[in-house]
Amino acid sequence: MKTHITVNGEGHERDVEPRMLLSDYLRHELGLTGTNVGCEHGVCGSCTVLLDGEPVRSCTMLAVQGAGRRVTTVEGLATESDLHPLQEAFSACHGLQCGFCTPGMLMTLLPVYNKGERLSDEEIREAISGNLCRCTGYQQIVESAHKALDHAAALVEGGEDTAAD
Amino acid sequence: MKPPPFDYAVASDLNEAFALLEADEDAKVIAGGQSLIPLLSLRFASPTLLVDISRIRELRAIRCVGETLSIGALARHSDIETDAAVATYAPLLAAAATWVAHPQIRNRGTFGGAIAHSDSAAEFPAVLLAMGATIVTRSSAGERRTAARDFFGSHFQTSLQHGELVTAVEVPGGDAGTRWGFSEFARRKGDYAIGGAAVHARVDASGTCVAASAGLIAAGPGPTPADDLDLELVGRRVTEDDARRAVDRATQGLTPESNVHGSSEFRRAVIGESLRRALHQAFGLPTVDFRRTSA
Ligand SMILES: Cc1cc2nc3c(=O)[nH]c(=O)nc-3n(C[C@H](O)[C@H](O)[C@H](O)COP(=O)(O)OP(=O)(O)OC[C@H]3O[C@@H](n4cnc5c(N)ncnc54)[C@H](O)[C@@H]3O)c2cc1C
Ligand code: FES
Ligand code: FES
Repeated sequence: MKTHITVNGEGHERDVEPRMLLSDYLRHELGLTGTNVGCEHGVCGSCTVLLDGEPVRSCTMLAVQGAGRRVTTVEGLATESDLHPLQEAFSACHGLQCGFCTPGMLMTLLPVYNKGERLSDEEIREAISGNLCRCTGYQQIVESAHKALDHAAALVEGGEDTAAD
Repeated sequence: MKPPPFDYAVASDLNEAFALLEADEDAKVIAGGQSLIPLLSLRFASPTLLVDISRIRELRAIRCVGETLSIGALARHSDIETDAAVATYAPLLAAAATWVAHPQIRNRGTFGGAIAHSDSAAEFPAVLLAMGATIVTRSSAGERRTAARDFFGSHFQTSLQHGELVTAVEVPGGDAGTRWGFSEFARRKGDYAIGGAAVHARVDASGTCVAASAGLIAAGPGPTPADDLDLELVGRRVTEDDARRAVDRATQGLTPESNVHGSSEFRRAVIGESLRRALHQAFGLPTVDFRRTSA
């Protein structure tokens, strides 16, 4: 089925089987393997991407359902030369060990970052409650999120944009 | 973990959806896909055709119609969580929405899908039982209105016929005498409940309870109303002892299944404690929070 999806700002027209999951479309059709697939039935959150700016699980969505919509993956975060401030924060605060959950954590936190608001520990934990990490024990992930959100809030207070997704 | 092959068609309006469904008895509706796609991936379902209703705009609206709040089938869980009319007229639903799955799932999953799926461990069916909601369904034969109590069956069954869609749910809008409470226990917030309860009640000007009902979560083979709860509450200014007696009455006959989360006995205790906490919240008795107490 002919399906047009915009991924990281670039339009793609592909003939896809209706049963193809969005996660497989991203990884196998487009070669964007940054989106990790863990449980493949909606539980772990590692496959989180943005759909029209909102976090969703790409393993519980069919690629054909994405027709005409805008998807952002972890590959859409960094530029040629610079990591995204969220990625910088995860690196600085040891917010990852094996890194498997990281793309999902980053994409879940990206809309929060873009809002430019500081959150409490509890609010951050609520925001990432749908993402499992088997390594870190979450503490450093919460610290990474704080660091990134402080940065975003400072940008907003200084009259700058946190940049759209 | 890959879905079996099927055809896929997008319905642009209700009549197109009815025609597609009627032409194929193994066709299935897909809305948010948050229950159906995992079922397909696990190969628990193998429809020939998926009819995608998610682009039928008329099913999205949340609006007040007289004294009732009408919620379109395609309102997402995240819409229920944040909608101003829901917060004002049905705060119990808004509170329950934050317990339905994880934020990413709430951005896709729809109210109508959760109702049609009719999971015993789901929050919304229990809330609708407590509130005495009406499920509005439509097929090519016309519209039907079914009380929540008659709509939900056991083991994911409902009164829906093939080719019939949930189009909206009507809940009574609250007023100054409305009281509500919600409590749930899950291993991780957003996971399916180990047990929970939703309470909806009314008090008169003197604070005396005039009506009370509850829906229990993960309590049986289907969404479960708490029977006879009102017998211990109506006509009283509800005390902690009344709440305890109501819990005993409502939970004594329950036999939730033993599963990985605990024995039947343990789960009945969790449901009872959830109901007690929801009643405390509803009637302004001392509150207890699962996260901060060891019960
Ligand atoms: C990891 C995980 C955790 C979850 N946790 C919870 C939880 O704690 N509580 C909870 O309540 N839910 C939970 N869910 C399920 C989620 O809430 C689903 O969104 C919801 O059950 C179904 O809504 P949907 O729109 O995604 O429906 P779909 O998956 O599209 O459809 C579900 C079923 O309903 C039918 N259907 C859908 N819409 C209609 C309609 N309008 N008319 C007739 N039939 C229709 C479909 O044919 C299908 O049989 C969880 C899901 C996952 C993956
Ligand atoms: S791979 Fe999608 S939620 Fe686990
Ligand atoms: S860093 Fe290994 S799963 Fe999170």
